[in-house]
Amino acid sequence: MATEKPLVLLVDDDEDFLFQQRVQLQDAGFEVITAQGQGQAEKILADRRPDVAVVDVMMENPDAGFVLCHHLRKNAPSIPVILVTAVNSESGIDFDMATEEDRAWIKADVLLSKPIRFEQLRGEIERLLAVKG
Amino acid sequence: MLHVLVCDDEMGMRLGVLRTLQDFTMRVPDVEDAIGFVIDHAESGEEALDKIRRQPPDILLLDHKMPGISGLEVLEQLSGMKTDMLTIMITAYASIETAVAATKQGAYDFLAKPFTPDELRSTIRKTAARLILAKQARKLAEEKQQVRFEFIRVLGHELKSPLNAVGGYLELMKARQQGSELASYDEMIDRSLDRIDGMRKLIRDLLDLTRIESGRKSRSLAAVDVAATARTAVETVQAEAGARKIAVRIRAAGDVSMQADAREIEMLLNNVLSNAVKYNRDGGSVDVAIERRDSQIVIAVSDTGIGMNSEEVGRIFNEFVRIKNDRTQHILGSGLGLALVKKIVQLYDGAVNVESQPDAGSTFTISLGVGQAS
Repeated sequence: MATEKPLVLLVDDDEDFLFQQRVQLQDAGFEVITAQGQGQAEKILADRRPDVAVVDVMMENPDAGFVLCHHLRKNAPSIPVILVTAVNSESGIDFDMATEEDRAWIKADVLLSKPIRFEQLRGEIERLLAVKG
Repeated sequence: MLHVLVCDDEMGMRLGVLRTLQDFTMRVPDVEDAIGFVIDHAESGEEALDKIRRQPPDILLLDHKMPGISGLEVLEQLSGMKTDMLTIMITAYASIETAVAATKQGAYDFLAKPFTPDELRSTIRKTAARLILAKQARKLAEEKQQVRFEFIRVLGHELKSPLNAVGGYLELMKARQQGSELASYDEMIDRSLDRIDGMRKLIRDLLDLTRIESGRKSRSLAAVDVAATARTAVETVQAEAGARKIAVRIRAAGDVSMQADAREIEMLLNNVLSNAVKYNRDGGSVDVAIERRDSQIVIAVSDTGIGMNSEEVGRIFNEFVRIKNDRTQHILGSGLGLALVKKIVQLYDGAVNVESQPDAGSTFTISLGVGQAS
């Protein structure tokens, strides 16, 4: 039985982050598509359906990642979303997903703080895919 | 509202001050509202000390000669306390000794008894104006410091990001992520070198910006031919322009030399020209028109590039602003180039004007005062 590789959508305005995570994910047996912002990601989502999305918060706008998460939840609620952010460490804006209130407005399944280790990202992706079945 | 504490053992004096100041208001330049006064009083030095230690007033009207501790002793006891309070000493006999001693203890002004309501108001007016000026100056300094902190925070981010990127590539290489052939890592090596170049440019721009801002850079003003400087600047962008088939043309009308620091004019033109090439389309063009208009040199740099909308135009002169969209994503820049342009233009009592249309191009028009470099 041929198993299809799970498809990961990586969205970040940092080209090097995309490059580095992409080659490692491909190495780990994933298929990867990348987008450099909310706009590009929405275009990709018009005809592709990733198994999981990894989204940075600050891209073309400071909140582009949040907006993309909302659109994903509305249009494709079955795609799990990992929100990646350097917001905490760099801007001092503090948020996490510890409270019910935060979980209600941040439409993501997991929040990871940059810098992230690849193993951590891979672990979360695999966990979410397993939950999804 | 400024708080005034009157410390005098004579009730007549305390009441007199209260009557004179309770409805008194004054105006200070740059402060919108009239300033009024809230008066409190103390019958002795001990009581005054107690009140000041709990909540220092803005102005202390302090009698020198009182039963119990004297005015001078009150000042002495307060000498270690950090406050913005200004003290006006009231002395029955305006002796020089008292004045000198009180000044040593930090008194700001004197009133000799007996004084008229006008004399009191005039002294209070002077003291209050001084207080408010000091407050304004401190607020300004705090705001400046805030701007500085913000700059350093963003700078930290801008410096960290290339390091993270290069570090990431080195980690991948160390893990032999693409196998053992060195050639397989060419893309990672190229990207790392690009990021290091970007960082170098950022540091150079930062040093230029700081030098110009600090005003400490030794400027050497001499006659500078702006057209010749523009031709040199074109040479620096020629490699990229040639590779992308972008034609760069200079048109200069008449004598376009001015009193200037050659290095500054060079930085100015390099930045504007390199933007005109960087944000152009392949096969496009850049036109530089230089002319003299009355006492100004006007430089217009037009490109046929990606252009900007008005919201973007409004932001580009701020430090670390880079316009992010699909078409700028592969273009490297420090985000400081136009901030630098703006600073230089200010030195020449000039202005930068931007006209831009998305997908059509931008024109940056810079006017510089001739021989007005300050």
